[in-house]
Parts: sequence; C-alpha cells; structure tokens
Amino acid sequence: MIKQFLNLEWKGFFRKASFQTNLALKILMIFGVLMMIIYLAGAGVGVYFVLEKMEYEPFSTINTFMIYYVVGDLIIRYVGQKMPVVNIKPLLLLPFKKTKIVKFALGKTVLSFWNWMHAFFFIPFSIVLIAHDFNPLGILAWHIGMAAFIYANNFINIFLNDKLWLVLSVGAIFAAFGFVQYYGYFDITLFTQPFFQGLYENMWFVIFPMLLLVIVATIAFKYFLARLYLDAGLAKKVSQASGGDLGWVDRFGKQSTFLKNDIRLILRNKRSKTTIFMSVLFLFYGLLFFTSAIEVYDGVFWRMFAAVFVTGGFLFSFGQFVPSWDSAYYPLMMTQNIKYKEYLRSKWLLVVIGTAISTILCIPYVYFGWEVLAAVLVGAIFNMGINAHLVLLGGAYIKTPIDLQSGKKAFGDKSSFNLKTILVSLPKMVGPMALYAIGHFTLGPVSGFALVAIVGLAGFALRDKVFDLIIKIYKKEKYKTLQAYKQKN
Amino acid sequence: MIEIHNLSKSYNGVSVLHLERISIPKGQAFGLVGNNGAGKTTLFSSLLDLIQPTTGYIKNGGYEVHKSEEWKSHTASFIDESFLIGYLTPEEYFYFIGDLRGENKADVDALLAGFEDFFNGEIIGKRKYLRDLSKGNQKKVGIVATLIGNPEVIILDEPFANLDPTTQIRLKGIIKKLAADKDVTVLVSSHDLQHVTEVCERIVVLEKGELVKDIMTSPETLKELEKYFSGEEVV
Repeated sequence: MIKQFLNLEWKGFFRKASFQTNLALKILMIFGVLMMIIYLAGAGVGVYFVLEKMEYEPFSTINTFMIYYVVGDLIIRYVGQKMPVVNIKPLLLLPFKKTKIVKFALGKTVLSFWNWMHAFFFIPFSIVLIAHDFNPLGILAWHIGMAAFIYANNFINIFLNDKLWLVLSVGAIFAAFGFVQYYGYFDITLFTQPFFQGLYENMWFVIFPMLLLVIVATIAFKYFLARLYLDAGLAKKVSQASGGDLGWVDRFGKQSTFLKNDIRLILRNKRSKTTIFMSVLFLFYGLLFFTSAIEVYDGVFWRMFAAVFVTGGFLFSFGQFVPSWDSAYYPLMMTQNIKYKEYLRSKWLLVVIGTAISTILCIPYVYFGWEVLAAVLVGAIFNMGINAHLVLLGGAYIKTPIDLQSGKKAFGDKSSFNLKTILVSLPKMVGPMALYAIGHFTLGPVSGFALVAIVGLAGFALRDKVFDLIIKIYKKEKYKTLQAYKQKN
Repeated sequence: MIEIHNLSKSYNGVSVLHLERISIPKGQAFGLVGNNGAGKTTLFSSLLDLIQPTTGYIKNGGYEVHKSEEWKSHTASFIDESFLIGYLTPEEYFYFIGDLRGENKADVDALLAGFEDFFNGEIIGKRKYLRDLSKGNQKKVGIVATLIGNPEVIILDEPFANLDPTTQIRLKGIIKKLAADKDVTVLVSSHDLQHVTEVCERIVVLEKGELVKDIMTSPETLKELEKYFSGEEVV
C-alpha cells in the first residue's frame, strides 16, 4: 500500500505544472536551500571556536540560546512549511484505512527539509564537542533531545495551522523575553539553560523531549484524522464578499466599468494583492540609493534610476501582466462587446493612479535633499507619460495565464521574460537615466530634471498612438492568447 | 441569422469539424446534439470567434465573425466557467455585463426580478463570490447573464448539465419562451435528448465533426434520436 502512495507522490512531483514551467524559480529555491545548508554547517563547525575566542564557555552558551532557536524554528516553520493536505481528497474513496492516509501524510512531513536542515548544524557541532573531550554519550543524549524538539515542532506546526494569533503571541512573548533579557530585567534562559545543559549532564533528561514528541505526534495524528472530511480540514475556504458598489469610480466615465473590476481584482485575489505588497517594498528601495549606503550607486544619474523605481513599483508589477490578469475569463472578454480602447484606458488609469499614490508616499525622501524630491517627481512624470505605455505594450506579448488564487509565482515566471518584453523594458530604466545624465553634464542638474520631465510630458501626447498599436497586437494575437490562457484553467 | 459556409477545423491534420453548409434563420431554436468529441463545442467556439477555422467562415447577422466584431453587440453566450469572473459577486457580474451591453442597474435589476424562482434564493444577496458558488449555481448565473440587454442570438453550451431537476424544468421554460420570441435565435447543445427535443424546433446531430442528421422537431423526433444514439440505426 505504501508503494502506491509513493508512486502517487512521485508522479505528483514530476508532473506538477509548476515543476515544468517554473524552472527558474526551482533553481532559485535550490540555491536558497544550498545557502541555508552552508550557513548552518558553517555555524555548526565554527560556533564553538568563535565562542571560545570570545571567552564564553561554548556549550553552555549554546544551551542558553537554545530556547530561542527552538521557538524561532517553530515560527519560521509556520511561515514556510506547508500542511500536507495535497492529494488526499481522491484517496478518501479508495479502500485505504484513514489512519494509513494520515500516517502517510504525517510521515511525509518527517522527511521535510525543514527537519533535516538542522542536522547540518547539530552534527558538526556535536563532532566538534566530542573532539574537545565532551562525554560522547552525554552529547548523544543532548543530540537526541534536540532532534526530538525539532520533530516536536514539526508536529506542532501541523495543528498550529490557521492559528495565526497563537503563533503571533508566542512570537511576541519571546521577542519580549529577548528584549527584557537584553536590558537585564529578567532572564528566561536562567530557567531553560539548565534543562538543555541537563540533557548532557543527566542523560535521563532525554525522556522529557521524547515524551513531548510522542504527545504532540499523537495530537497531530488525532487532529488530522478528525479533519479528514470534505467539510472540515479539507474544505475550501469561502470568503464573504467585501467592498461596496464602488459608486465613486463612476466619475471616471466610460472606463469606470473596467476600473471597478480591476479594483476588485486587486483587492480580492491573493496573487494581485502581492502586487500591492511589492509596490510597498519598492518604496523603500530608494533608501539604498539616496542614503549613499552603497558606493556603486553614488553617481548622480543613479538618483534618476531609483526615482523611477520607487514611484513605479505598482506600475511594473501590475502593468506588466495586462491582459494576463484577465486570463481566467478571457473568452468572456473576447465575446462581449468590449471597446479595447476603454479597456486599455482603464488599465492605464489604474497604473497612473498607482504611480501617483507611490509618488505621494515618496515625498518624505525630501529629507535627503531637494534634488532627491525633484528626481522622484520627474521620475513619476516619466513613469506616467512613457513607462505606463511601455509596460502595457510589453504585457501584450506575455501569454502566461495567471492563477489569481495562488499567491506564488509573483516573481520569476519563465515565460514572462521573452526577448520582446526585455526589449520593451530596457528604455524604462535606462531612458530617464540617460536623459538626466545628458542634461546634468551639459547644463547642470536642473536641466537634467527638466529634460526627463519634458520627455515624460511629451509621452502623454503619444498615448492614443501606443494604444492603437497595442490593440493591433491584441487582435493579431487573439487566438494564440486564448489558447495559451486555456493551458492552465 | 447565422450562416455556416464550408466550415472545417483540423488539428495537426486531424479533422475535428467539417460542415458544408448550415443556415439558421432568425428566431429559430436550434439544438445541437452529439456524443463527446462530436465537435459541438468546437462549432460554438468558432461561432464566437474563439478559435480560427481551418477553412470556411461563419456569418452572424450578416457579419463574418472572423472579420468584423459587430456581431458581438447582438450575441450573448455562455460556454463554460471561463465566461464568469470568479472574484465578483453575482450582482456585480450582472451589472458588469449590463454595463458592457448598455443596460443600467435598474434595467438589470428588472430583468433579475423575473428570475427569482430560477435562482431559488441562492444567488442574489448572498455576498458570495462566483468562484465559491456550486457548479450548478455558477451555471445559473452564466445563463441568466446571457439574457441581459435583449440579445438577438443566444448561445448556450450544455445548459442543462449540472442543474437540479427543478432548475432543469425552469430552464426549459425559459428557453421555450425565448424560442417563441421570433426575434431571438437560440442555439443550445445538450446530451439530454429529451430536453433538447422539447425546447428546440430543429435538431442537428454531429458525429466526429460531420453533420449526420438535420431534423425539424416532431413528436417522433425523440424516438428517432434515441434509436440513432443507441446504435440501432445504421447511418
């Protein structure tokens, strides 16, 4: 029976759509995992010597901080490790015992990277300890105890799912502990350190973590078993519709039909919500440039580059995927009596509004001087006047369907980087930099800003021309696009 | 109203649809039946210019669907859930379609009021997103949305599938009413021979992309179709 399960897993893994399409992301993940392993192994080998050099007693110091390590692991898991619910639904009807399904699902989590990555720290560290004349049996007991804690975390994470408030409060409590310990008011490690140390000194202590492991594993098993029904743990979450009728959007005239939809699209779908998140991140990008934190970016024209970036976060992350945002119901759009121009104008308006909001939020950058503010303002003009069109033009070539309900894949869609989109993106960044540099090195910074602004304003005049071009592409590529969007849905 | 001329579609040299000539006059209720893979959805998709035919063309209201987009303003269709916008509530979806078809909120509300029975209290005012509705309820929304804005051509792919018996009967009533309207051309495909013979004046049977029967509905039609599909009749 286990063989069938493994067979399913194997096929599920290699036939996953994301496995085939998302090679870039996979490589990125593998790279991340390797980095993690190197860090942990490096720490495992080196921490003893580092602490010794700093004149701490290495082993007891590690035991002091072990409580934070264990709790930190739990919180990181909550964020990163996923519940093993996949593929369970079809198994329910087959002649498997439910307990077997649960055992298999839980067993799968045991093999998770989240567990064995810790070995890269603990094993080298233990070897170093033994090499320094620590009692091998005691170290073994300590080692087993730590492994039990890590695995206990693995199971706790299973029934912790969806209890965000609990995780947040545990995290907050331990952050507070760390805080008061740092300022010397209260030291929780005074209570926990002897226990971790005790695992080594009194080997029978190891019973406690193992007992904990058995208890949480049993709870996780029962929790899972009880929720193995379609209307319980396996149920799809149904959310209440939010937001009013957005009547205020009507003032935008004909475009308001689409604009309303786009606002709802952004607010009600996981994937599109990440664009908002990204645009907020982009806002802080300026700190790298404007503070002169990184020497390479000290050249004056980098200011222009940063200004385009900070004000254009939404523009780039949303605009790039027009019309892919509507991929799930593209056949509807193609059979309704839709004026492409109104459709495009609404997307354009949205992108411009997004840029305007980002620009307002960037005003505090004036702290770094009037030139920074000027760069932000003309950067915004350039974004609205030129880049808004370019980004929509680039999007017309992208035929990746977007799964609105999945939060993943906001970065690195393989097919979203084809030659055409790159060619179209190039002037978005380089253009304003070059323009500014020309103005700056001939007549001074003011003329540099003026040049960027003038070109940006001129771009507004070309709007309808570009729209006509995009519409032509939409029409020409209609069947290909419909076909491509069908792949996923 | 709709003229199909020498239409064919093939994928990698394999023909999936080949129709010499079908002409559907204005006001007709046209039924399309056939087993899986007979080409029903392919036909409807080419009718809506969602796929490009290999040869031939389709005219809808005098406009060649591949060349002009004029037909869109008098044609409404529901093929599958890709005609729904998952993150909207049913009301928002109806208003959106209404907007596109030049109907204001009041018009749409007036139309919806006539479908209270059909919706069975599960659609309007529930504050649920379309993606969270059951398959049957999604279908109800899609079908009613095609009626917004008084279209002259209505295309429904498998409207009876996934609906409960009560709704199927109510839907038959709705389609019959449309069929009786001499300004509205209705095209329906179905696997349910009884329903389709009941609501359609004319029935076309497809098999492997070819037209094998084209009959005006009479009391004997159901028997004839059943005989054909049970394999008793040699074509």
